[in-house]
Amino acid sequence: MILHGLYIHIPFCRSKCPYCDFYSIASSSLIPRWLESLKKETGLYRDRFSCFDTVYLGGGTPSLLDISAIGEILEFIKSGYNVIDTAEITIEANPGDLSPEKIAGIKSLGINRINLGIQSLNDRDLLFLGRGHNAADSERSFMALRDAGLDNIGIDLMYGLKDQALKEWMQTLERAVSFNPEHISCYQLTLEGKTLFNTMKARGDLKELPEETAAEFFLETSAFLEHKGYVHYEVSNYAGNEKFRSKHNMKYWKRIPYLGLGPSAHSFDGKKRWWNYRSVRKYCEYLEKGCAPVEDSETLTREQETLEKLSLGLRTAEGIMTDDLAGIPGALENISTLVSSGHLRITGNKVIPTKKGLLVADRLPFLF
Amino acid sequence: MKNIRNFSIIAHIDHGKSTLADRLIQYTGLVDERQFRDQILDSMDIERERGITIKSQAITLPYKNKKGEQYELNLIDTPGHVDFSYEVSRALASCEGALLVIDASQGVEAQTLANLYAALEQDLEIIPVINKIDLPSADVERVKEQIEIDLGLDSDMAILCSAKEGRGIEDILDAIVEYIPPPKGDPEGPLQALIFDADYDPFRGTVVCCRVFSGKMEPRDVIRFMSNKATYRVEEVGRFGINREPLKGLSAGDVGYLIAGIKTVSDTSIGDTITLDSSPAPKPLPGFREAKPVVFSSIYPISSEDYGSLSDSLEKYKLNDAAFVYQKDSSAALGMGFRCGFLGLLHLEIVQERLEREFDQSIIMTVPSVEYHFELTNGQKVSVDNPLYYPDPATIETAMEPYIKTSILIPERYMGAVMDLCLERRGENARFNYPTPGRVEINFDMPLAEILYDFYDRLKTVTQGYGSFDYDMLDYRKNELVKLDILVNSEKVDALSQIVHKDRARARALHACDKLKDEIPRHMFKIAIQGAIGGNIIARSTVNAFRKDVTAKCYGGDITRKRKLLEKQKKGKKRMKMIGSVSIPQSAFVAVFKSDSN
Repeated sequence: MILHGLYIHIPFCRSKCPYCDFYSIASSSLIPRWLESLKKETGLYRDRFSCFDTVYLGGGTPSLLDISAIGEILEFIKSGYNVIDTAEITIEANPGDLSPEKIAGIKSLGINRINLGIQSLNDRDLLFLGRGHNAADSERSFMALRDAGLDNIGIDLMYGLKDQALKEWMQTLERAVSFNPEHISCYQLTLEGKTLFNTMKARGDLKELPEETAAEFFLETSAFLEHKGYVHYEVSNYAGNEKFRSKHNMKYWKRIPYLGLGPSAHSFDGKKRWWNYRSVRKYCEYLEKGCAPVEDSETLTREQETLEKLSLGLRTAEGIMTDDLAGIPGALENISTLVSSGHLRITGNKVIPTKKGLLVADRLPFLF
Repeated sequence: MKNIRNFSIIAHIDHGKSTLADRLIQYTGLVDERQFRDQILDSMDIERERGITIKSQAITLPYKNKKGEQYELNLIDTPGHVDFSYEVSRALASCEGALLVIDASQGVEAQTLANLYAALEQDLEIIPVINKIDLPSADVERVKEQIEIDLGLDSDMAILCSAKEGRGIEDILDAIVEYIPPPKGDPEGPLQALIFDADYDPFRGTVVCCRVFSGKMEPRDVIRFMSNKATYRVEEVGRFGINREPLKGLSAGDVGYLIAGIKTVSDTSIGDTITLDSSPAPKPLPGFREAKPVVFSSIYPISSEDYGSLSDSLEKYKLNDAAFVYQKDSSAALGMGFRCGFLGLLHLEIVQERLEREFDQSIIMTVPSVEYHFELTNGQKVSVDNPLYYPDPATIETAMEPYIKTSILIPERYMGAVMDLCLERRGENARFNYPTPGRVEINFDMPLAEILYDFYDRLKTVTQGYGSFDYDMLDYRKNELVKLDILVNSEKVDALSQIVHKDRARARALHACDKLKDEIPRHMFKIAIQGAIGGNIIARSTVNAFRKDVTAKCYGGDITRKRKLLEKQKKGKKRMKMIGSVSIPQSAFVAVFKSDSN
């Protein structure tokens, strides 16, 4: 039986990071009201979702919440839904937030996976990224988590930062690997949405990496981490071994249903996608009136389903099934062209992107 | 007849011809304020947007002057572009006088001169109108001086007007009555009516606009077109109000319309003479000439499935554009399509735009070409307007291309830049006129093909918008021509081939390679673009392959945002033509014959 995933969006941050386009507000005054609303929202989907094997507390900055608030959230989830015993329960955390008490609290709540927003281990980079912590804080937090017995720790890193040389990025990577994290995400900085960086880009003050350089960073990263024993299982994600892949994120890529709660959260039931308002206030107002805070929804057409399958599947090392291409005219011919050009390979009934293919994964769906 | 006046309004583009027509219509009370819509005569969207008149139209204005005399003023509108100069001449031939509108701040321009000459050729009485006197930059004295010196007209006759503000309109109407002679002609003589326009009505067929010079015609008469001897029975005649107003008959001096079960506009020829089948006129009115296309290009559907729908659209379009000609064509690269002939580049652009807008067609047009004449070694003579049919170079004895006489009117300070441009475009035999101090008219003999290659845009750029341009067909001259082919990943794209002068081939090849490099999107593989003459590569460029194109992160579970982005890109891809495994966007075919806008 395929179990579903649950995502909770915690839309609060100490301050807005200049690169981040996730929805959050830099104010904590609405937390109690939001918590009440979240409790109401949790009750709305029992007819469509019942059993979860992943729970992901994302944001925003979930580690900003008190242990009691986090506990409350988990409690009302569990009172409404069945979360299996072996479920992967992840919380995103900022290195600066992790006091010994918080770590102990997290552990006692049954949270078994931490995703630590380290971003860089170079203090100049961290300043550029507007992060409130430095490299030493990150290392300290990581070790404290490990010492507390947490055995599934992921870290987020970013490359393509202003003035960041490839050598410096590799130094960050090397030091990160020395912590022995179970999971590493390496995201290239993208300038998008309503972020400060994107405004700077529009003004000409900031640029993304040139394509050729970006490709070099990507390939070096992959080669290095694979050499260190990590599995490159998605464009930006590496796991210490197969077991440490993010089970929750895999549901997005494999199009397994998930329920998203909280402002701006997205949900998918296998056919339909819907999403909540990107406003804490609106979110609360709707729920206080007894309504779902859904901004909009869409039911996917066959064509859209195929496009999703291809565009998501071809981001991962699992690739897509040859069956997914059934009925697409010229698909076989295109596969063989892309195999000979070194973008794809075929294993059994799977079509899998190579490194060269992953680099252009957004193009691949157009070829079918 | 003595209370009829037939007149036209002529002007350089943007000097306010349509606005003035609107005011005259409004003043004579033909429409009330509520029905009024700007630029009534320009009924097509494109006309209103571009501010030009494409087709002629006529309208009858009732006017009672201060003495209480009732007049019928027939305003015949003329197209305002050099491509349509023959249509202009036929419309003018239907009048006895013309209002020559001059912008008070711009003064006399090339088309003002060209239009004046055309009107004088028809012996028209000219009334100069200085328009836009409300503008702060208006310089009435300077324009009056130009009217005297450049145009050789009496500037005391000039009427000051602001069509925008409605000033001077009554003076103009009185001047029309006073100075333009009433039409002459014998209503009892044999029928002679000049066709100056034709329009298509889906319910009634072709509506022929004509001016009767002699005799009369009534419903049930059998008429004959003198050029092709076709006969029709008249169903309805009438004049143009805001709508068609049927009359008992049209007789000498009248301007009006005729409906006679004529299926398509192409069955009529502008400039033809209508007579009665039973008692024909001994000879037609002078000046008839078949509309001859001078610019050729092929039209292909982006998606080959749309060939049928394109074919239907062309057929429908043709109903209303007699000057447009087309026939089936096919290309190795683009599949089935149509070879089309146009009166000029603007005509081509209008057809393209109307096919896309009104008929919802996604089309690719190939590089425009003129008609070349070749004499082969075996003595055979061939005409080629499509590079596809360029003869085997080994068999060419002589190659000839059409020349035009350009008339470029500019402020003197741009003379150097314009000379350079014209010489670069193989202009020869330069002649200069200095109509007024500070202004120069430059005449060059120049190959027509050079005009097709973004000449207007360049002229506008080098003269900062102050240059105006007109041309006449001249003759055919011997030149060394070659066929330039474009290869994309070693595959020849025949739709991009062009016939060019030998000395210009390399520059054009470099330009094409450069433009295609910018227009063709990157692919998963490297794309080589080459310009070649025969087997000789004379230019090349490369479109690099994608190196990295992948979203770093799918925001939370927000798959929708990413998918929508992909859907948008995919839709864009559908507007491209596959040549081998390379997708070439529609814009690439256009870019090849346009220069950089900067």
